[in-house]
Amino acid sequence: MKLRHGAFSYLPELTDAEIAAQVRYALLNDWPLSIEYTDDPHPRNIYWEMWGLPLFDLDEPDGVMAEINACRATFPGHYIRVLAYDARLGRQTTALHFLVQRPADEPGFLLTRAEGQDRRQTYAVHSYSTSRAADRYGTEPR
Amino acid sequence: MAEEAPKDRWDPGVHSYASMGYYAPDYEPKDTDVLAVFRVTPQDGVDPIEAGAAVAGESSTATWTVVWTDRLTANSHYQAKCYRVDEVPGRPGEYFAYVAYDLDLFEEASIANLTSSIIGNVFGFKPLKALRLEDLRIPVAYVKTFQGPPHGIVMEREYLNKYGRPLLGATVKPKLGLSARNYGRVIYEGCRGGLDFTKDDENINSQPFMRWRDRFLFGMEGVNKAMADTGEIKGHYLNVTAATVEEMYERAEFAKELGSVVVMIDLTIGFTAMQSMSHWARRNGMLLHLHRAGHSTYTRQKTHGVSFRVLAKWCRLIGVDHLHAGTVVGKLEGDPATTKGFYDTLRDDHIPTNPANGIFFDQDWASMPGVMPVASGGIHAGQMHQLLDLFGDDVVLQFGGGTIGHPLGIAAGAESNRVALEAMVKARNEGKDLLKEGPDLLRKAAESCHPLEVALATWGDVTFDYTSTDAPDAVPTASL
Repeated sequence: MKLRHGAFSYLPELTDAEIAAQVRYALLNDWPLSIEYTDDPHPRNIYWEMWGLPLFDLDEPDGVMAEINACRATFPGHYIRVLAYDARLGRQTTALHFLVQRPADEPGFLLTRAEGQDRRQTYAVHSYSTSRAADRYGTEPR
Repeated sequence: MAEEAPKDRWDPGVHSYASMGYYAPDYEPKDTDVLAVFRVTPQDGVDPIEAGAAVAGESSTATWTVVWTDRLTANSHYQAKCYRVDEVPGRPGEYFAYVAYDLDLFEEASIANLTSSIIGNVFGFKPLKALRLEDLRIPVAYVKTFQGPPHGIVMEREYLNKYGRPLLGATVKPKLGLSARNYGRVIYEGCRGGLDFTKDDENINSQPFMRWRDRFLFGMEGVNKAMADTGEIKGHYLNVTAATVEEMYERAEFAKELGSVVVMIDLTIGFTAMQSMSHWARRNGMLLHLHRAGHSTYTRQKTHGVSFRVLAKWCRLIGVDHLHAGTVVGKLEGDPATTKGFYDTLRDDHIPTNPANGIFFDQDWASMPGVMPVASGGIHAGQMHQLLDLFGDDVVLQFGGGTIGHPLGIAAGAESNRVALEAMVKARNEGKDLLKEGPDLLRKAAESCHPLEVALATWGDVTFDYTSTDAPDAVPTASL
């Protein structure tokens, strides 16, 4: 399957120049950027692993692009996303996020059902990727 | 001015409203007053100031004659005061009357009570040909008696894990007649194709061809399958509108048990029922979608009724997460400047006076969460650049026919809308001029998306270009 996540997941994969253009847009809005990665793209997995702290006080996309490339080199088989954060009063939340890498193999999700009474079903979405290895988190170098 | 020489204020009999204190041109409105501006069309021969005073009187303490029991109260405190009357530029016979109401006139957190005063008997008052409530300044002191939207724009985005683009929806069509199984199919195809939400229409409740419980079960099957297919959170606005609040609670509880993220109500259930459902939605972690069914019966005509901008304020206070607010370019009423005023009213924290957009007063929401406006009705992928330019990111764009009527099927219709949307957001962020380059950019996006190519070929040049009935009138100037 192809994971749909972030603002541009129905478009062809963004080139690095296109990623830099989106980063520039965020910087023009005073939105600091951060990079996160995961091997569990479950739609309710909010907390992907942080690739360091958010990048505050940048003027140019170069620094962000360098960190994206470092993250890609370390985790070539993970999903990686870039997030722009809007700290203004009344927002104080993510302003934009989009994928900058997806793994070659995207196993997708299983929909499980527990059959209940009165025709009710209890549904759950299960990430196939989470059943692969026991040491998925925390042991990899930063 | 008033027709008879004023007697003593408390002499029995009929006095002019102005002479009884309901016209007070020197009154300085307090920060805690509710301020209203009415468009008043007096009957022939009725003095406009007396008409404004009568509106103030009949929407607060007055009756048609002097009553001595007023003297048992601090009467002038409870009297609403018409403090300004302006001619409406270019509209002979119409006047903007500004009225101030003391906060003590209203029960805390009750839109039912507020509206019983301000749009109560006064709208049938014989000396007026017509009356329209144009705008209302809700003082912070009154705002803070409400909690507002159960979640609001920011929380909705965090809940759905979706940022940086408008949300995308579609209303299931045909509105009426589909069986539950077929209905769920439309939900599944729409959501798996790329929509964030699908929607019950306002008049889908629980009819003989499809009872609510069956619709909920098949609908959630579609929603959950689409989540697993895409890896995105999906929702279907399950319309819980019913004949009683108790019945609505039962349907909403069932929607919650099935794992829905959102339920829906219609404006027709009434303000008090809306507020009950708002509290339910906050308690139960459910987004609350409001369809403004019926509003045009009183919002659309310029001279009589209630402006939608006032209704939007009431809905933000009552507390809904989504509210239909117009498309400008689609099939339903919507002057661009007026519609911009509605969107600002729903989304921003502080809305400055802007007569060009129909905003008569500064409105401060004191950090009350914003309502996500919904643009729905006769829109299609070929208008995506205009829609994004008009409304920005915090809006749900709903394409019903423009999704389900796609020649290649519902999922293809959904995909074409999603691709068009993302392409326009990307281009805007890159600094492109959407209004100028939009059509070219859409055609370019269609090169790698066949469904979008087909959508543009099918609907590319459909527009609904009619004159709006509800445009703001020019900046009011001369005071009488």
